[in-house]
Amino acid sequence: MTVAIDRATGKTRGERGPRRGLGQRLKHGYQKHWYAYAMIAPVVIVLGVLVVYPLVYGFYLTLTDANSLNSARTIGVNEIEATYKFIGFDNYADILWGETAYDRFWSHFIWTVVWTAACVTLHYTIGLGLALLLNQKLRGRTLYRLILILPWAVPTFVTVFGWRIMLADGGVVNSVLETLHLPTPLWLEDTFWQRFAAVMVNTWCGVPFMMLSLLGGLQSIDSSLYEAAEMDGASKWQQFRYVTLPGLRSVSSTVVLLGIIWTFNQFAIIFLLFGKTAPDADILVTWAYRLGFGQQPRDFAQSAAYGMLLLAILIVFTSFYRRWLNRNDQQLAI
Amino acid sequence: MSTTTVEAPVKKQEPVPTAGPRKGRRRGTSLVSHGILVVASLIALFPVAWLLFLSLGPDKDDYLHPGGIWGKMTLDNYSYVLTETKFLDWLTSTLIVTVGTTLIGVVIAATTGYAVSRMRFPGYKKFMWVLLVTQMFPVAVLMVPMYQILSELQLIDSYLGLVLVYCTTTVPYCAWLMKGYFDTIPFEIDEAGRVDGLTPFGTFARLILPLAKPGLAVAAFYSFLTAFGEVAFASTFMLSDTKYTFAVGLQTFISEHDAQRNLMAATAVLVAIPVSAFFYFVQKNLVTGLTAGGTKG
Repeated sequence: MTVAIDRATGKTRGERGPRRGLGQRLKHGYQKHWYAYAMIAPVVIVLGVLVVYPLVYGFYLTLTDANSLNSARTIGVNEIEATYKFIGFDNYADILWGETAYDRFWSHFIWTVVWTAACVTLHYTIGLGLALLLNQKLRGRTLYRLILILPWAVPTFVTVFGWRIMLADGGVVNSVLETLHLPTPLWLEDTFWQRFAAVMVNTWCGVPFMMLSLLGGLQSIDSSLYEAAEMDGASKWQQFRYVTLPGLRSVSSTVVLLGIIWTFNQFAIIFLLFGKTAPDADILVTWAYRLGFGQQPRDFAQSAAYGMLLLAILIVFTSFYRRWLNRNDQQLAI
Repeated sequence: MSTTTVEAPVKKQEPVPTAGPRKGRRRGTSLVSHGILVVASLIALFPVAWLLFLSLGPDKDDYLHPGGIWGKMTLDNYSYVLTETKFLDWLTSTLIVTVGTTLIGVVIAATTGYAVSRMRFPGYKKFMWVLLVTQMFPVAVLMVPMYQILSELQLIDSYLGLVLVYCTTTVPYCAWLMKGYFDTIPFEIDEAGRVDGLTPFGTFARLILPLAKPGLAVAAFYSFLTAFGEVAFASTFMLSDTKYTFAVGLQTFISEHDAQRNLMAATAVLVAIPVSAFFYFVQKNLVTGLTAGGTKG
């Protein structure tokens, strides 16, 4: 019995004999790999039942006009059959270029892109800055580190409420701004300031992860590289540019991708910060939720269609990202 | 926050550096570093500290004039939350859901993590791609179909339903994390096992699994924290207020008509303290587990 352990070198071991027939190859493959298949079977089954089936069902729903009024439901003892009907791709067409498509989809889409770009940029630059500071020999480094990861340690749904109280009208943020004779915006009511507050809170929550990951990356850079650079007379900036940044490339490309995915899908912060009061500050994820669960009647079909569109956007983006990395000879750590 | 200050001085400019000015410069840089770090720490600390402070004020509008709290600090909010609200119910349901998710996630994902770390089989790349894609699922994708399916199965408002939903994210995630950990265990161990006549299952169960305990722990921590902090599904799928998890329960203090901010702050603190302690306990493993997963694609 052979086992397919080959250390993932990507090389084929030895010369292959002449190609066998399909049936034989399948049989051979089965004999050779049945261990592997048996071992991944639990996850495959779970994913099949819990992810693929709902996904397919969800896709089917997007092709109907299902909402909470025509879905199967039970009222008291009466069971009501589902009466929604198949309408093809009308939901997608309606979302993308229906009558008020700009207000319903595109405005949220633009805001989602801005939100993701702003948050990830802030996460990354602030995280990198703090990681560089913590990577020096400093007194009290561990203490700083412990304090700085606090926003990650405390569950998001707790800290968001803290922020909500702070940003409320008459809360501490505005009191401080008032004492400093600065304008006191209505953080939780005015659209622009709602968006600003959301980015701010998300930045506050997301920096520690970036900081720790990048700090790990910094510490894994060989210090002899810096010595060599110094010997060659490289300035601090040049060392940063030609040693630190390339050394961080692999970690960076991974955490940036994770950051983009997480921020794009960030539900809790906007949902908890504003509740139902801020439709204009909704990114696509919270907007889809609002359509499906935050209004009456619940529009299941459109909400699911938004979900599919979001997933499609992310998959396309990730594929391009990976291809772009491969072209630059980089591998994603995940 | 400026990031450029870091790359400033601290370097040998002259071949034979004179001690005086360099020392001064180094002190200057470290002062700046300390300054920035202190400011950043204050920003990181303040919202949490503020919540803690407000939780001591007895009145729900104390947040408007926090100065007054100093005079009338009390722990009444805490005793009220513990005795008069559904806090203990929420604790129970949170524990059931998180522990259930964690156990299922780790147990199911363990063999898969090993298989994708050690074996190359036809369909490997596609399988890894699927694992990656499931991590990008926005909540909106599965929520509607899950809601419909679970209502048909009468699993809305049940712990099992929520655990199943959380498994959609934690199972693939745990498989990823554990692959990363198994990758760090030398292949020679597997080979030695096979030379001694163990089947791959035997190698996995007798040799690798005992070595991989830290990796299993990381996966468990991560599932735990994910399930604990999840908001969207919990808010939608749990209907009766005794079955709320903390993420949902906390929202009930602020409704459209009434905002009991003092009680909410107290609950928040009670929730945050054990979880944050737990987090600090495991944080080092979390980061290495996430990023050291490793370059092996």
